[in-house]
Amino acid sequence: MTLLRHTWFMTTRQARNLMREPIWIVLLLVQPMVWLVLYGQLFRNVTRLGGFGTSSYITFLAPAIVVMNAFFGATWSGMSMIADLDHKVIERFLATPASRFAIVLSQIVRSALTAAIQALIILLVSLALGVRVHTGVLGWLVIIIAAILVNSAFAGVSQAIALLTRREATMIAVANFIGLPLLFLSTTMIARSQMPGWMQTAARFNPVDWGVRAAREVVLPGTSWGTVALYLALLLALSAVTAAWATTTFRSYQRSL
Amino acid sequence: MDAIAVDGLRKRYGEVQALDGVSFAVGEGEVFALLGPNGAGKSTTVRVLVTLTHADEGTAAVAGHDVRREQNAVRRAIGYVPQDSGVDQYGTGRENLMLQGRVQGMSGRDLRSRADHLLDLVGISDAADRIVKNYSGGMRRRLDIALGLVHRPRVLFLDEPTTGLDPEARVAMWAEVSRLAVAESLTILLTTHYLEEADQLAGRLAIVSRGKIVVEGTPADLKAGLRGDAVHIELTNGALDEAQRVLVGVGAKPEQVIDGRTIVSRVENGGRALPGIISALDGAGIPVASVSLSRPSLDDVYLHFTGREFSSEDRGE
Repeated sequence: MTLLRHTWFMTTRQARNLMREPIWIVLLLVQPMVWLVLYGQLFRNVTRLGGFGTSSYITFLAPAIVVMNAFFGATWSGMSMIADLDHKVIERFLATPASRFAIVLSQIVRSALTAAIQALIILLVSLALGVRVHTGVLGWLVIIIAAILVNSAFAGVSQAIALLTRREATMIAVANFIGLPLLFLSTTMIARSQMPGWMQTAARFNPVDWGVRAAREVVLPGTSWGTVALYLALLLALSAVTAAWATTTFRSYQRSL
Repeated sequence: MDAIAVDGLRKRYGEVQALDGVSFAVGEGEVFALLGPNGAGKSTTVRVLVTLTHADEGTAAVAGHDVRREQNAVRRAIGYVPQDSGVDQYGTGRENLMLQGRVQGMSGRDLRSRADHLLDLVGISDAADRIVKNYSGGMRRRLDIALGLVHRPRVLFLDEPTTGLDPEARVAMWAEVSRLAVAESLTILLTTHYLEEADQLAGRLAIVSRGKIVVEGTPADLKAGLRGDAVHIELTNGALDEAQRVLVGVGAKPEQVIDGRTIVSRVENGGRALPGIISALDGAGIPVASVSLSRPSLDDVYLHFTGREFSSEDRGE
């Protein structure tokens, strides 16, 4: 109970600070919009290669861009922890009965919340661009949940790295290091059957791809709910593992004080 | 029962023995200061007491709770105002207070009225709903103190409460802390490297040097304990040895030498002894640049017990 209450208090603080500068949410959306609109148009004929499950490339791309955006957002989420460490906000909380897990969890929840809001905006823009979600409202919900889970899985990693290194420069390096490789080793931009064999294998173990597969499954016809449930369950399990890892690194941070 | 009881704390950071057997006790309602240069172990002592870190050896209890075994009981009983402000710069003063109160288990009307009261008490009501980023250093420090007080703690820890404030704000803060100690019937432990601050605020103080407490007492007792006035004699040349012999001869035995050119002696009655000292040095042909006489101050106490002057280096300036 204390954990939930404290997570709520701390997330409220972060959400409030975020809403105070809503310009950030918009600025952060510029990149996914470029992918969706420009890249989507540039490669519109790629579906002729076959295996895309639709002739509309933007319909194929849109759910994946939602997940990609959630993934990129997550890799940066540790920056906010580093800012709190630098400003000694964390230390102030540590001298109170504040739940330790809530301190870490609130960072992940804030990150996931941002991803959910952005997912909704990207989906609305996609709708305007003619993308139709085959499974309707339930499908929208699945896409947003996929975005939240991909985000929290990687936000946990980002928090752990932030707590281990406590340096912004290292965070930037790590975000760049894992960002593009995980994007290209997934079916975000291309049908699975068009990928080289070794990349298909690699994608199977890529959590970003799990999210993309779940989100795309509800957009295109012939939805397999079992597949959706499997990938979402995998992401949920991974989120729990990375959150636990982040909490462990938080304990080692406390010991270093 | 003592509000703070510390017994034989030791802590090592790598090669540095930060605490080397620190023991002291602070009674309920006392204002107690740990005075010493940067790196002496003051902040480390406080960090052990507020449960931020553990000592390698020794025990400590705050408000009757062991800092190691009853951490959350300690955290509920104390307010901690760290050296570096820990406020959320992107929230308002009131939002900071409300969150701090909530994690301390407060809620509803009690918390709201407590926040209003504290904002008023520390004099930042007008800025309560402004973003902290736009606060001045003094306002931020006041908010820090309000944050430490929100849950009505019994013991307040102030780590370097006025470092970084301009002299005017510092004097205002001293008045504030003295007033709060009474208004909130608090036990206060403060650390400082300003002698005047300890002198002004503390009922009792301990001088900390190299991880140890070298002396402890009320400011008045410590000064009285030195007996006599300090005579500072600055020499123009380096005739130190000769000058010291002369001084012993006239009953003004040198206690310290500062910077290799100023001798400090202690004499019963400075006013009466001074002419004799000057003529004796003159007679021995030792040129003197300046002579000054002072009543015992905490500066002298510090010099006496740590063997060095409280230099600006110690103050971290």
